[in-house]
Amino acid sequence: MSAPTVTPPATRAPAPAPPPPRPRRSRGRAGVLVYVVAVLVAVGTLGPVLFAVLGGFRSNAQLASDPAGLPDPWVGSNYVNVLTSGSFWQLALNSTVVALVTTAIVTVFGVMAAYPLARYRFVGREALTLLFTLGLLFPLTVAIIPLFLMLRDLNLTNTFWGVALPQAAFALPVTIVILRPFLMALPKELEEAATLDGATRVGFFLRIVLPLSVPGLVTVGVLAFVASWNSYLLPLLILSDPAQQTLPLGVATFSSEHAQDTAGVLAFTTLAMIPALVFFLAVQKRIVNGLQGAVKG
Amino acid sequence: MTDVTDVTDPVTTGAVRGVPPRTARVSDAWRQRLEVTLFLAPALVLFALFVVVPVVQAGRYSTYQWNGLGPMDDFVGLDNYARALRDEIFVDAVVHNLVIVVLSVLIQLPLGLAIALLLNREMRGRGVMRVIVFAPYVLAEVVAGVVWLSLLQPGGLVDAVLDTMGLGGLTKLWLGDPQIALYTVMVVLTWKYLGLAILLFLAGLQGVPTDYYEAAQLDGASWWQVQRWITIPLLGPTIRVWAFLSMIGSLQLFDMVWILTKGGPANATTTMATYLINQGTDRSLYGYASAVAVLLFGISLVLALVYQLLILRRDSPGAAAPRKAGR
Repeated sequence: MSAPTVTPPATRAPAPAPPPPRPRRSRGRAGVLVYVVAVLVAVGTLGPVLFAVLGGFRSNAQLASDPAGLPDPWVGSNYVNVLTSGSFWQLALNSTVVALVTTAIVTVFGVMAAYPLARYRFVGREALTLLFTLGLLFPLTVAIIPLFLMLRDLNLTNTFWGVALPQAAFALPVTIVILRPFLMALPKELEEAATLDGATRVGFFLRIVLPLSVPGLVTVGVLAFVASWNSYLLPLLILSDPAQQTLPLGVATFSSEHAQDTAGVLAFTTLAMIPALVFFLAVQKRIVNGLQGAVKG
Repeated sequence: MTDVTDVTDPVTTGAVRGVPPRTARVSDAWRQRLEVTLFLAPALVLFALFVVVPVVQAGRYSTYQWNGLGPMDDFVGLDNYARALRDEIFVDAVVHNLVIVVLSVLIQLPLGLAIALLLNREMRGRGVMRVIVFAPYVLAEVVAGVVWLSLLQPGGLVDAVLDTMGLGGLTKLWLGDPQIALYTVMVVLTWKYLGLAILLFLAGLQGVPTDYYEAAQLDGASWWQVQRWITIPLLGPTIRVWAFLSMIGSLQLFDMVWILTKGGPANATTTMATYLINQGTDRSLYGYASAVAVLLFGISLVLALVYQLLILRRDSPGAAAPRKAGR
């Protein structure tokens, strides 16, 4: 391992500055072992994903004769079939709509609720905060049977609302738990200054709090979106009509209906993976920060 | 949320934007009450309607025998609970959940910690590694499950890899053998969720002040000593929160099992959640399934409270302070 450095770091910022100016050597430099482990981890992690991507370019005969082989020749028909079937696009569209509606509801309602819970003083504030926090303990699984019957009675089965509204409701606790400390941390001086300038508390919320909490809103929004995009249990019970189903349902159905067509299933699954992975790559910093915040919460 | 005591002392003179006051001057306390109500109402209504009411209903349904169609009039008291606790399949399901809880932590904690400590060092491609490691977590359990389903099928990639390594004799019916199906599910879950552990640990490591490393290195501590006596203790709160999240997730496991095995073979991988869905929507035993849901919640709650009392309690102020190097 690298020898310990004796020289103190050249600069020591007086205030805790954001990460970049970090004396790097102190964490120890990576040896060969580290790279070996890193490669092993990367292969283990990406292996199944690559298998699916490449498997989609092979024929079932190729997959059967040598599961670990590369496409030879490359077969495009699996992907073309999925992309031209129309049902894939319908599923992707449904997933998008449900996820967007869920995200919009939970973000707007969440920040509205977090604001008074963070910055007003009123009797019952702590009790309400506790109520939402306790909501973390109630997973959708516990409520699924009554929820299913209730949505059936409300004629919300096979509608986007039937999935989006409960999902948003169950995402509220984590949203409020993340946003409340975020809003509490805004300096009091800001509010005082705004008040002096004649802003009401509502004005302060709209003009100062909302713009400043965009990072927090993006974090909770991303968490809600990903959770909705991936959710299975609720759509499984609520969306029986194929025209309304979301991607996870479609993947599960396709995989059981085309069990013999492994290459087709892999192509379908790969295409279903892409939106989530692209979205993740686009906002991965936010997810990481959000989780970091959640842990430190 | 009725009585409002104002502490922000806003010198309010103008009217509230968007909410025209009924009289020229509404007292500030009243206005604040109105604001609190309007801000909180949407979230509260949504939460009450779709979380609180169904949860309470689950408790009510659990005391009836009911198929969800006719009137709910066959009150059976606690019979559903007694039936569930006498049902071997349900008891097995609870055991499966507990096995998954324990194995998840036992496997992912050392593995995740080791990988996080390695990735935390100065190396090329650290950012890329972070993204790679986290990718499985972002995929839907359904999608991951379907991919693993084809990896694990007889003669699939897993078998082929074992064959080429000369371990062909080890190939099994990974998901078809009741003896090992649960452990196969465990492997897939590890693949799916290890990234979360690594990422959280890495995030926690970012919070360890570099001064500590420097001080320890000045004192001649080795890399391992620094990790053992400084980094890991400082990571304590992160590890404990992660273990909590992992535990809660394991207790509610549904999607992955439903895709991989539907709880089979011979109920070898049934979890409380798959049992619940099986009894509820598949067999329309809504009263009984509700009792199972309440039991699932009760078990989770008890474990969460025990964990809170025994372990998270340590995260009181000062508890996370670095211990002195040396015994």
